[in-house]
Amino acid sequence: MGTVEFRVGERPHIVVDSDVCRSCTTKACVTACPANLFAPTSDGGILFNYEQCFECGTCYMVCNSEGAIEWTYPDGGNGVVFRHG
Amino acid sequence: MTQPQAAEPWDVVVVGAGPAGSAAALTLARRGHSVLMVERGPFPGSKNVYGGVVYARVLDDVIPNWWEQVPVQRWVVRRSTMVMTGSQAVSVDVRTQAWGHPPYNGMTVYRADFDAWFAGHAVAAGAKLATSTVATGLLRDRSGRVAGVRTDRVGGDLEARVVIACDGVNSFLAKEAGLLPEADAAHHTLGVKEVLALPADVIEDRFGLMPGEGLDIEVMGCTRGIPGGGFIYTNRDTVSIGVVLSLEGLTRSGLRPEEVIADFKSHPSVAPWLRGATLKEYSAHLIPEGGYDAMPDLATDGLLVAGDAAGMTLAAGVWLEGVNFAIGAGLAAGRAASEAIAAGDVSVSGLSGYRRHIESNFVLKDHKRYREVPKLVLSDRMQRQYNHLICDVAEQMFTVTNPVPKAGLLRLLNRSARRNHVRLRDLVRDGIETVRVFR
Repeated sequence: MGTVEFRVGERPHIVVDSDVCRSCTTKACVTACPANLFAPTSDGGILFNYEQCFECGTCYMVCNSEGAIEWTYPDGGNGVVFRHG
Repeated sequence: MTQPQAAEPWDVVVVGAGPAGSAAALTLARRGHSVLMVERGPFPGSKNVYGGVVYARVLDDVIPNWWEQVPVQRWVVRRSTMVMTGSQAVSVDVRTQAWGHPPYNGMTVYRADFDAWFAGHAVAAGAKLATSTVATGLLRDRSGRVAGVRTDRVGGDLEARVVIACDGVNSFLAKEAGLLPEADAAHHTLGVKEVLALPADVIEDRFGLMPGEGLDIEVMGCTRGIPGGGFIYTNRDTVSIGVVLSLEGLTRSGLRPEEVIADFKSHPSVAPWLRGATLKEYSAHLIPEGGYDAMPDLATDGLLVAGDAAGMTLAAGVWLEGVNFAIGAGLAAGRAASEAIAAGDVSVSGLSGYRRHIESNFVLKDHKRYREVPKLVLSDRMQRQYNHLICDVAEQMFTVTNPVPKAGLLRLLNRSARRNHVRLRDLVRDGIETVRVFR
């Protein structure tokens, strides 16, 4: 991912409620996220990194647990900057 | 939030300065309206990714001789369709020099360049552009109709007679307005793409191109059985390669998108093209592939929706188009908003000209005509069996089996069908279905 420009803001634009994730059996976000930002934790939760997010929306689309992923855009000007998209 | 300088409301606030937004803003500005484009990226195009070719004839009447100034990478004179298995490939390659001179047919671009160029035309016509600004929600008046947007700028409420949501595939404005479902994995695919650097002359040698000419390849059978497809296209000194994966199929497979694209890149038909190339950018974006039947209502009181926000990408098998549909819809939305404001009625019925305009041109006509194609193309047999069948038949046709004499074509077909568990009855049915949905 060193090849993509990210302007990282201070506010995490995606928040994962790990308590909801613990009851999730599929955890589709872990494999589907094209930036590989969702890491399962040993206690069955999910650890999420927002810094190198492509802002694609895959995670909330495939999430089967209502409310586990709170997804917003990064604040204006922040986030991924594609030069060759 | 406080009001910004208690200014007059804008005639129109356009959310998103992509192709749809800039087309709408350009149209409105030229008709003398006050129009503001709100773009969440630091510049137009910075959040945008596409899969290969911009077909820009829709601009003929908007920017005369647009091809003399558009930031093109290469003019596409070759369009290939490739069907593959792990170790085989069959291609249909269309080349015509007619696509190599004005008014051209398709071009490859970088969206950071193209979208910024097009937004520049809207600004030159008098539209205002606020970058690095997120439209975080809708403003409503007392009667409940949309009357502007909230933004993440301080004092950032923007009042408008009409809001045009061109805020892309995840359109949170269309969701807030109740037009789009919160999440809809069934009608979206994930596109992941690598942009790989190679010298221009190497690209031209490997892909059989003259300087300035480009190639676009659409591929089926390269996604490890996940419904979707792949693409390869040439830029001036990079090659873009990617896969498009159904979200449900991707989830079911348990594969990572990076694995699928790595597999595709290592295919014996593909790897030699990319030898020695270095990775310049990796990107990912959702694509609304549901077609006509998955499109939302396109208007509500005070609000129009256009482009990917309205699911307007045409993913009809051999045709994969989006930017042109976004521009066509944006132009119509701008015109309809202008007409509604002039008539003093921006209710949903006052804005109904939008749908009428795009029903009478390619935007909804093409979508309506091919409304059943996405489902057929993404069906299991098309995706997992017919690529094997086609490659097997082709391989056997050209395998010389002396001293055994040649088998007839029908026998080869039968044999391949059996080997790939295709029932001929299904093959015939799908053949008829293909003719029907593409008619």
